[in-house]
Order: sequence, then C-alpha cells, then structure tokens
Amino acid sequence: MTIAASAPTQAKARVPDSGARALVRRLFSGDEIARALVTGSAALILVLTALLVQELWMNSALPRAKFGWHFFVTSVWDANAGQFGALPFLYGTCVTSLEALLIAVPLGVGAAIFLSELAPPRLSDALTFCIELLAAVPSVIYGLIGIFVMMPLIKDYLGPALKATLGWSPLFSGPFYGVSVLSAGIVLAVMILPFIVSVSRQVLLAVPGDQREGALALGATKWETTWKVVVPYARRGIYGSVFLALARALGETMAVTMVIGNAPQIKASLLAPGYSIAAVIANEFTEATYDLYVQSLIELGLVLFALTIIINGLARLLVAGTTRFSVNSA
Amino acid sequence: MTEADRLKVRRLINGVMLTSTGVCTVLIASVLLFILGYLLVKGARNLNVAFFTELPKPVGEAGGGLANAIVGSAKILAIATLIGVPVGFLGGVYLAEYGSRGFAFAVRYVTDLLNGVPSIVIGIFAYTLIVAKVKHFSTLAGGLAIGLMMIPIAVRSTEEFLRNVPNGLREGALALGTPKWRALATVVIPAAKDGIITGIMLNLARVAGETAPLLFTSFSNRYWSPGLQHETASLPVMIYTYALAPYDDWHRQAWAAGFVLLMFILLINVSARTLLARSRHGGGR
Repeated sequence: MTIAASAPTQAKARVPDSGARALVRRLFSGDEIARALVTGSAALILVLTALLVQELWMNSALPRAKFGWHFFVTSVWDANAGQFGALPFLYGTCVTSLEALLIAVPLGVGAAIFLSELAPPRLSDALTFCIELLAAVPSVIYGLIGIFVMMPLIKDYLGPALKATLGWSPLFSGPFYGVSVLSAGIVLAVMILPFIVSVSRQVLLAVPGDQREGALALGATKWETTWKVVVPYARRGIYGSVFLALARALGETMAVTMVIGNAPQIKASLLAPGYSIAAVIANEFTEATYDLYVQSLIELGLVLFALTIIINGLARLLVAGTTRFSVNSA
Repeated sequence: MTEADRLKVRRLINGVMLTSTGVCTVLIASVLLFILGYLLVKGARNLNVAFFTELPKPVGEAGGGLANAIVGSAKILAIATLIGVPVGFLGGVYLAEYGSRGFAFAVRYVTDLLNGVPSIVIGIFAYTLIVAKVKHFSTLAGGLAIGLMMIPIAVRSTEEFLRNVPNGLREGALALGTPKWRALATVVIPAAKDGIITGIMLNLARVAGETAPLLFTSFSNRYWSPGLQHETASLPVMIYTYALAPYDDWHRQAWAAGFVLLMFILLINVSARTLLARSRHGGGR
C-alpha cells in the first residue's frame, strides 16, 4: 500500500509542507479524504438545520399571508370555517409549563441541594442515577401513567381538596373531570424534575469548597452556608437548569396531549380542559384536509421551534461557564 | 431576643430546611419507584406470548398482539441509527480533531440548537421533506425523523470522548509518521471506543420511546408492513393509540407495550452506564 511506503517520506518532508507535490502526497496518504468526509458531515448538520427552518417557513406561508399577526391574538380555531387563531394553544402551552415549573423548581432544587451538600457521595450517586433514569422514561409512558394512575388520583383527591379550600378563587372553580390544565402541569412537572435535579446538582458540586469552609468558619449554620453562599454562587447555573426544563416543557407533546383534555379554550380555571401547541399538532396533523389547515399547524410548529430556540439559548448562556454540559443527562 | 435564643432559632431553621431538602429527594425517588413498580406489575401481568407473536385482532375481539409494532419499531430504529450515528460520529470527529475556530463554533452551536428542537417539530420536518412529496406515510420517513434526533447527541458524545483521549497518544502516533487519519482510526478512536459506544447506546435508548415524530411519518398499521415504503405500526404510537381507545383489552395491551418499551430502554441505559463506569474513561458520568 502507498500509505506504508509514503509514511516515512512524509515525515521527512513535513517542513516544506506546501505546494502541489505536498498536496498530492497528502491526498495519497488519505488525509484530505478524511478531512473532506468529516467536514462534509459537519456541514451536513448545518444544511439539515437550515433546511428544517426553510421547510417550516415555506410551508406556513398561507396562514401568514391570510392571518398575519392576528394568528397569535385570535382564539377561534374552526377548521370548517377556515378560521385559525392560535391564542388558546399559546395560552395552554404557557400555563402548563409555568405550572410545571412552579411545582418542579422548589422540589428539584431542594433535592439537588440535598444530593450535593448533605448526602454522602455514594448515596448521592445512587440517587442521582435513579433520578436520571426517570429522564429516560419516554413521554408516552408518562402519558399512560398520567391517564390511568395520576388522573384518577387527581380527580378523586387533589381536585376536590383544591375546590374545597381554594374554590373561591377563579383558578380552581368550575366543574372538574380529571382531564385538565392542572393534570397536564403535574405530569409535566414530573417529567422535567430530572433535568432540574441533575443540572442543578452538577452546578452546586462545581462550587469551590473554600466558599463553604469560609462561611462555616464565620459561624454560619450548614443551611445558612448553603442558602446564602453556595446557592447564590451557583445561581446562574440553577437558572440555566430551569430554562432548560422550561424548553423541555414547552415542546413536550405526548404526555400533555393525553391528559390536557384537548379543548381549544381559554379558561381562568386550572380545572378546565385546555390545549397546547404540541398537542394540537399531534392530534390534528393527520386529519388536516386542506392546505390552509395543514399550514396553520405548521406555523404553530414554527412558533414552538422559535420559542424553544430562544429559551434553550438562554439556558445554555447561563449554564456555560459554571459547569461543563453533560451530554448523557441532557 | 438574646443571642442564645437567636442561635436556637437558627439551629431550628437549619434542621427544618435541611430535612425538607431530604424530603424533596425522597419524594422524587419514590415517584420513580412508583412508576417503575406500577408499570412492572401492571405490564408484566398483561404480557403473554401472543403479544410478541400475533397481529392485532380486529376491533372488539379480545387477544392478539403487537408483533408488527415490535418489528416496526426495530426497523425504524435501525434506519435511524444508520442515518444518525454516521453523520453524528463524523461530525463529532470533525469537532474534536479538525475543527477550525469559526466553522466549528457554528457547527457546535447549530448542533445544540437541533438538540433543543421539540420532537414534534422534527416530525413536521420529516413530513414536509418526505411524506408530503411521495404522498404516503413510510417506515423510511419515521426512521429519518428519529435519525435526525440522534445526530446532535451522537456529535456531542463523540466529541466529548475523543477530547478525553490524552494528547500524547495523538502525538505519539503522528511522530511515527502516520498520516492523521490513520492515527485517528487506529489509535485515537479505539482509545475512546467504550465511551463512543456508550454514547450511541444512550442515544438509542433516548429515541426508542419517541412518539411524536412518528405520528405523521410512519403513522400506524394494523397489519405487517413490507419493506420500507409503507406505513408501519410502532410500539410508542400503539401505546398512544391504545391508551386513548375506549376498550379495556387495548388498555391492557398498552400497559404490556409500555412495559416492553421501558424494559428495553432501561436495559440499554443501565448496561451503557455500567460499561462506561467499568472502562474508567471518566468522561460523561
């Protein structure tokens, strides 16, 4: 083979590595081919992503021309009349995601504090392993458990309890059938917990030990050290984990579709059924019979794409620098 | 309030708050145990041989299985791996070994961006790219959608594990006069092999349960799907359809399918993580 033969000469001739002869030699050694192959693959990723944006944009031209910005502020979604307004879906997506954050952030950050500050390393690793396995459970299985286990529990216990205590507020008024914005938010909360715990824990573990020692030496209790020194030090990374979780929650499809009730309406009550962007795409895409309908759904997809890009960008900006991102947990 | 009182209050707050962080952890861990346990019991109880060997029975008839969905899922995942892993792996090699500053930054940035795209949007993309053009659903379109989802993780895990390979190995190989590509193929990549394989396994586990991108790409099918050009059943989509259907027998099959899917995912996940822990490369986790 030429490779074996050319290898020593190439080593000798490395210094004047320019010009046509060097190029020919490098071509023979395979280096240019390898470089072209890997660079091409990298470029392909750029091309595919550009194509993704282009397809979404081109295939949502009809509703953009017909409705313009009204698409986002009207709430009539009527396929028979050819009227498409995205407001109920935007509302449902935002409310369920915020509700999930309200539940998951305190729990998740609490658990992250325990795992990084209190638990012995071996226990911490074991529990983190378990919690990260939760992240591996597919969305559709959360949906399955949501429908058959969590929703009956919410319907029989949590719903009546909320109505009895907080029924005076518009948030918890009206009839309650189980499928609701509330149920969707709770299922979402369970789904995003692993991300908050695992990223926050990494960020907390990255806080230098002398920060803790300094605070303890000044006479602070363990909690004061954690809450007033360690957590503020890791603040940016924790915010990052929250944004990361938010981006997940916004785009989450299956579990939400299965428990939210799929009613395109805006109700103040969390006990009423709602709808989310991802859910309406999942439900209606194959049923959409004419172009304007399909393209309205694709425009919703574009909105979801833009939302998650922005939130993810913020998350990465915040987490970068405080800790190395772990591909395995994200 | 005296100093001693204040100290008492501080100690009390300390105790209460530290305990509540423990409670948070226990709560989350117990949710996991509950989900696993419930699926295990409920799924295993509804599992039988017919589930793996038979086609779905017509609506209303009891029995039958999801053999076509299992094969469908396997086909989709195989196509996805064939698309996602090579592109992602080579892209990762580029970032770790070749990357020039500006272009590599763009590739890394876009890869992260692609990783954050919701799976349903990837489904739309595969739909407009293939299904809308050939005018029918297909296994191929589903495989492409899932394959796209595999690319970003493949890129980043390959890059990470290649970066963990000590530079001395590269220098040693190059100093012997080996061309760069041979140094990579015979020294650097083999050194990172365990990590890269782990990354691929975790990647596969992550996408195996994806449902949203399949809804309007590979769609569903109550019969066998020959070749790659026809719509096909898949386990995740069947779980979704069966869970929402009004028949008890379908609910039971949905639990069984959920059990099989989750066992597959957890098995890959746990074995990948043990492989990584044993090979002591130290990267990732």
